[in-house]
Amino acid sequence: MIQGIGASDGIAIGKVYKYEPVEIVITKEMCQDVETEILRFDESIKAGIEALEILKSKTENEMDEETAAIFGAHIEILRDPELAKAVSERIISEKVKAEYALKTVSDRFVAIFEAMEDAYIRERAADIKDVTRRVLLILKGIKSKGLSEIDEAVILVARDLTPSDTALLNRELILGFITDIGGRTSHSAIMARTMEIPAVVGTGGGFDQLCNGDLVILDGMMGSILIHPTADEIENYNEKMGILNKEKALWKSCMGQKSSTKDNKDIDLAANIGSPDDIDGVLSNDGDGIGLYRTEFLYMGRKNFPTEDEQYDSYKTVLDNMGDKPVVVRTLDIGGDKELSYFDMPKELNPFLGNRALRLCLQNMDMFKTQLRALLRAAVYGNLHIMFPMIATIEEFRKAKSVLQEVERDLEMEKIPYSRNYKTGIMIEIPAAALLANVFAKEVDFFSIGTNDLIQYTFAADRMNEHVSYLYQPYNPSLLKLIQMVTEAAHKEGKWVGMCGEMAGEIQALPLLIGLGLDELSMSAPSILKARYSLKQIDSTKAKGMADMALQSCTEEEVKLLIDAFWNEA
Amino acid sequence: MKSKIVEVKNATGLHARPASGFAKLATAQKCEVFLEKDGNKVNAKSILGILTLAIGQGSKVSIITDGVDEEVSLKVLVDFVSQLED
Repeated sequence: MIQGIGASDGIAIGKVYKYEPVEIVITKEMCQDVETEILRFDESIKAGIEALEILKSKTENEMDEETAAIFGAHIEILRDPELAKAVSERIISEKVKAEYALKTVSDRFVAIFEAMEDAYIRERAADIKDVTRRVLLILKGIKSKGLSEIDEAVILVARDLTPSDTALLNRELILGFITDIGGRTSHSAIMARTMEIPAVVGTGGGFDQLCNGDLVILDGMMGSILIHPTADEIENYNEKMGILNKEKALWKSCMGQKSSTKDNKDIDLAANIGSPDDIDGVLSNDGDGIGLYRTEFLYMGRKNFPTEDEQYDSYKTVLDNMGDKPVVVRTLDIGGDKELSYFDMPKELNPFLGNRALRLCLQNMDMFKTQLRALLRAAVYGNLHIMFPMIATIEEFRKAKSVLQEVERDLEMEKIPYSRNYKTGIMIEIPAAALLANVFAKEVDFFSIGTNDLIQYTFAADRMNEHVSYLYQPYNPSLLKLIQMVTEAAHKEGKWVGMCGEMAGEIQALPLLIGLGLDELSMSAPSILKARYSLKQIDSTKAKGMADMALQSCTEEEVKLLIDAFWNEA
Repeated sequence: MKSKIVEVKNATGLHARPASGFAKLATAQKCEVFLEKDGNKVNAKSILGILTLAIGQGSKVSIITDGVDEEVSLKVLVDFVSQLED
């Protein structure tokens, strides 16, 4: 058995498919006959183009044109006359094999491109490497399946999956995935929950222990992987899957009902989304709104900034589909661990404490204004709440608001339809903002507490660093005090407070959060009905009493015991 | 042989789509087409060649045509660059 961290609930039983880019070693080898070698090279280019054409039309049909354009660019490189010429010349002059000739020519281009200042061209170096790799595999006769070429139902096993890898996963074929690194809050884990794919991450050495085709049982709750399970174990897990499905049916019975506590206190149970594609999941799980729309995914996995119109289309789709329900859109949050290939961000010593999110936006006004214009234009279609991330001081909020006003004036002058009927709020993820919540509360319309970063900044502990993972303490009284400061300050001014971090989706935490006075909880869509079902078991007055005791506690452990006791009585 | 110096005014420069559009248009010409910037001359039918010149916004480049219909081709290519928009 392999033990990792359960990252996304659910059970999957299936065969292992290991995903690892094969390493190709090319040495200088002489060829027998120059003519045949050139012919061999031409043939491999043709085969490469053919494969790419298929991939391109497949992505056009199944995904979007932007992704398909990547393969279009690869085809262009293979058709490039200078590439063919340089390789042929080298084969002739040095009498070497096509593999070696291609590798050296490609390396030369890669070196030229990587040395360039322009971020866009540097990124093209990756395209050349990628496409060279494809042709080298053909020349060497190695068959390597990429992620997009998986054509049967499998459990994917990888050392690591990037957000763009994860985004490309086919939900029909990937029963679940297992990675060596990562934790519950790493991006691939969060995306797995959104996509409702069972996942286990952080197995350490799972990749090396598993072989292609191994039958395994993946338990996304326990974070465990059973290799070559016995018939009994399979039956046992099938039974568990049955119970899971029954529970799901119970939760489903909460469809269409109000989200409120036993004593009828209304709480909004909203969803976190990353793209308009996630709306289906929100509607089918009956979310009370969107509590966090992460707009950075609109900017990721592409080759240039999304235009105002592209953004407008996305925002409009989301707002339109949600009708009157509130939609909280977080403005671009890049920097930290999220980079854009086409946007040159200087390397920083402490990226999480560096120039990210709103800080970056305020220094790149064109980029920021484009997003705000798209948002205000889309505001016509629904109940827009604009939320600024990474706010530390009130001046930052005022500055962001003044940019919004500028954008309003611009749109007015240009006679472009837009709406002033929107709300503005901030994300609480920096302790400085929580401590001055009373000041912010007078000027913002709402708050949303981002627990992942708030915990990391409060405890000064990198949430990706396994050695300090013990400091990821969502139930620590220090954090609870910060939360309580925010809700108290907000309610005094008649404003509401939401929570959109991982903690908001933890059923166990529900009574504590209700007791601390949160008005809205935003989670991955599949958690909503379960939360609604659990909410009905909670009496808000009792929850308040428990939260007050939690605030007096000394350790996270004590708080957890209080919560356990609460659930036992409920 | 004909040539003309043009300034690239669009924000993207001769990168991404404009670069590939230019290479395609050059490939469609019967004559040979070159681009020259800062003393470096490349085959303009090659997208890799064009990219190695790093032609950003505000760059001045010579478009050179040589062979069949060189005059018409030059005009077509110069027009392409001057009409680039973002």
